[in-house]
Formats: sequence, C-alpha cells, structure tokens
Amino acid sequence: MESGLLLPDLDDEVAAPFWAGTARGELLVQACGACATWRMPPRPMCPRCRSLEHLWVPTDGRGTIWSYVVPHPPLLPAYAELAPYNAIVVALDEEPTIRFVGNLVSEAYGPIHEVDPSTIVIGEPVRVVFAQVDDVTLPRWVRA
Amino acid sequence: MKDATAVVGIGQTALGKGLADSELALACQAISAAIDDAGLSPAEVDGLSMFSMEEGREVEIARNLGLGDITFFSEVGYGGGAGCGVVGQAAMAVASGQCRVAVAWRARKRAAKTSRPWAQVSRHITGHWQWSRPFGVVRPVDEIAMLTRRYMHEFGATREHLANVALAFRKHANRNPLATMQDKPLTREQYMEARWISEPLCLYDNCLETDGALAVVITSAARARDLAQPPVYVHAFAQSIPQQHQVMTNYFCADPLLGPSHACARLLWARADVTPEDVRVAQIYDAFSPLVPLSLEGYGFCARGEGAAFTENGALEWPNGRLPTNTSGGGMSEAYVHGFNLVLEGVRQCRGTSTSQVESAEHCLVTSGEGVPTSAILFRR
Ligand SMILES: [Zn+2]
Repeated sequence: MESGLLLPDLDDEVAAPFWAGTARGELLVQACGACATWRMPPRPMCPRCRSLEHLWVPTDGRGTIWSYVVPHPPLLPAYAELAPYNAIVVALDEEPTIRFVGNLVSEAYGPIHEVDPSTIVIGEPVRVVFAQVDDVTLPRWVRA
Repeated sequence: MKDATAVVGIGQTALGKGLADSELALACQAISAAIDDAGLSPAEVDGLSMFSMEEGREVEIARNLGLGDITFFSEVGYGGGAGCGVVGQAAMAVASGQCRVAVAWRARKRAAKTSRPWAQVSRHITGHWQWSRPFGVVRPVDEIAMLTRRYMHEFGATREHLANVALAFRKHANRNPLATMQDKPLTREQYMEARWISEPLCLYDNCLETDGALAVVITSAARARDLAQPPVYVHAFAQSIPQQHQVMTNYFCADPLLGPSHACARLLWARADVTPEDVRVAQIYDAFSPLVPLSLEGYGFCARGEGAAFTENGALEWPNGRLPTNTSGGGMSEAYVHGFNLVLEGVRQCRGTSTSQVESAEHCLVTSGEGVPTSAILFRR
C-alpha cells in the first residue's frame, strides 16, 4: 500500500543524484566542480563562480537541530494520521549553512510522532539514518 | 517617481466566506467600485496590474468592465508578496507614461483551485518543495512556524509577543463594521488556550480565509488633483528578492531570519523624504503573527531582534500606541485577501477615513509578504 506522503519525483534531473544517494545510504551534497563550494538545495549553476560543473560529495551525516515545528491538523490525510508529529531543520556540522528538513525519529523506521516534542532542543546533535517510503529513501535523523 | 502618482479610487466587495460570485465576477465588482469612487469612467482605464495568481485574466477584466484600449498590463508573482508590487507597478506605468489610468486588484476565493495550493499538491514533488514537503512541512503555516521557532530561540520572542500582535489587530477589527471579526473580541486567555495549528503557532496566529476582492485606481498627481477623492500619493515604492532567498522555506541561506523586508526597506527609505521615526501608522502583512515583528525589524522601526519587544505596551494599538498597525484588523481579523486589504486601509489612513484613524498620519507604510519576494509602499496624504 502506498504511504500517501508527498514524495519527490525521482525523474527530477537536478535532484535525482541526491535521491540515488539516499537509496545507497549516503547523504550527498552538491558541490561546485570549479570552486568546490557546497550548495543546498541543488541547482544547475554555482552562485559563487557560475560554473555549470558540479559533483555530489558524501557528508558525514552529522549535524545539530536548527529549528523544529509540530504540525497539527488540518493536514493532508497521510500527515493528519501521524499528527502531531515533528519536523526539524538540521544544520550540518561540516558546513552549518547547509541545512536539511527532516524528522527526528528514535530509529530509522520509527514513526515521526514517536519522539516527545517537548524534549526537542535547538542545538542538540543528530545523525542521519535512512528509511524507504514507497519508491523513495528519505533521510531522517536520530539523536547522536 | 516620488509623489508622481496617486491612488484616486478604492473599491471592494463584501469580504466573507462562501460568496457566490466567481473570482472574476468579484474582481469586476471591486474594480467597478474603485472606478466610481475615483469619479472616472471605465473607458479611461488603460493600465492593468494584477497578481499572477488571478483567475480572471486581463482580457476578461477589460471585456467585462468595458475598459478602453489597454496600453499597459503586467503581473506580479509570489502571492502575498505581490500586493504593493501590483500597485507600485501600476504607479510606475503611469509615471513613465505607458498608461494614464491604471487599476490594480486582488480577488480571491478560499475554495478556489488556486487558493490553498498545499491542499492539492501533487503526490510527486519537484523543485525546491521536495526538500521540505516529504517531511510534513506542508502548509505555509508549517513553513513560517519553522522560522518562528528559530526566531524565538535567537531573540527571546515569546507567545506573549505573538499574542500582542493578534490582540491589537482584533481590537481594530472590532471597530471596523466591514471586518470579519467585527463582533468577536479576543482575550489573551482565549489566545493562550487556542488549539495548535503548527507549534509554536496557534489558531490565532493565522490569518483568516476570505472570499472577496479589492481594487485601487491610480493616475498622475496632476490628474488626481481634479478628481472626486483627496489624492493619496505613492511617495515611495520598492520590491525585493534578497540574495539567495527561497520562497517560504527560506532555511538554506546564511541568515534565514534576515527576511525580504530588510532589502525592500533599504530601497524604500532611500527613495523617501522621511524615515521610520516619522511614520505614525502602518499596515504590515500578517498572514501569520510572527511576520509582524520580523517586518518591524526589516522596515527599521526597531533594531534586529527587537521586533517582539516592540509589540509590548500596546505599541501596535490605536490610538495611543507608538505605531498603530493594521488599523482595519489586517489579514488576521479583517480579511485575508493576500494582503490587498492592507493597501486600501493605507489609502484610508491618508484620506482620514479609517475606522481607527490616526490623526497625525501624514504617511502610511503598507508592506506585503515577509517570507516571499516582497514589496512595500509608503503612501503620503
Ligand atoms: Zn563555483
């Protein structure tokens, strides 16, 4: 049965390598092929040097919680079933201006409403884990 | 372009829920009322400036209203960021001679296809939304709540501050017979006990959902002096997409809390003869309460990080606050029509016809969406 969650289109040519990376258990960041600057979200051109060359580099998947929310209904049905759940923004340790939206879970396949939201603290360290949902592998985060 | 053009007519439909008319029909009624208010005829209108999200297109507007030959038409995107943008672009077109009489408007139905984009998003997400929506950051309120939590963390803002915003605007709505919340007072206790929508934001941190349309007519300052209403001059106008800005989910730049209002404000005040200290009344875009302290900082009414504290001691409240704000009730308590009702209230303050009139108002600042590519106008009486 399909999850009903809103999932990325794996044919999106800019982002496809990222989702191929998560499927392999890697959290990748797009880096400029000319000046090596990391950028997120990915895009065709480097805003620093305008190079179209880029590569995808692995990160160590460690970061800290930059902010979080706890959505309540009304929501799309698949999200309403899980609400209230948490969503977080994580700043990577290797480059804190590279940030990812995700969910704080107790283990890779733990539900996104399992962690008590009142225990979530901005600045707490997390590390990436991966969970397959339908045909996509989503990065998620557990306390480090 | 300073003071070269003026708003000479305003018009609106009823603002409420479940209006029967289509967005196009609502737009036509509001524009018609604005043309009448100005004492002009439809045949004199030759410029159209509208939100990209409008369902009724320019040709339909012109054919329904019996407008003359249209020599200027343009659109501004990004929803709530476009309100002052469409008015300012109409003013630019008049000032540059591309047209002589322009109308700008917004019509919206909450049930319309284009009104709640998050509720019909495709299951497969492309573009930058794929970095937030799969994780349940789905609605505008979730996107702004994320910035709000960070704002509270960095600068010590609290729910008491957000309540100051919601309560001030409600008090103004209670004085406005056309406001949706005219007969519904709001107490601090009700605010604190309200249900969550996306923590840390509760029900009363959110704007209303409204059907309705509003419009303005703009012409040259010279022509304006001969028309039915006192002219309200477009003293300064600015738009901004700040560096590395990302619409709504602006989490990826170096300093996400430095929102679009900061860059917009730099241009606006550079083009104006006055400073924030001279401004006694403002209409600040309020799809969500935290956008107000962020915009107060951006537009220079206080220093960075002090927007929340600025709301203390009734500073946003008519008549005695430092800066009575959203004096018709704003998006949170009058109506939410993508912020276009703020434009009309800015005009009324400069005409002297607000239901919460600030007597010393020589100017009124009107701002559009914080969190999206934005715009602002400083009106002068
Ligand atoms: Zn580069």
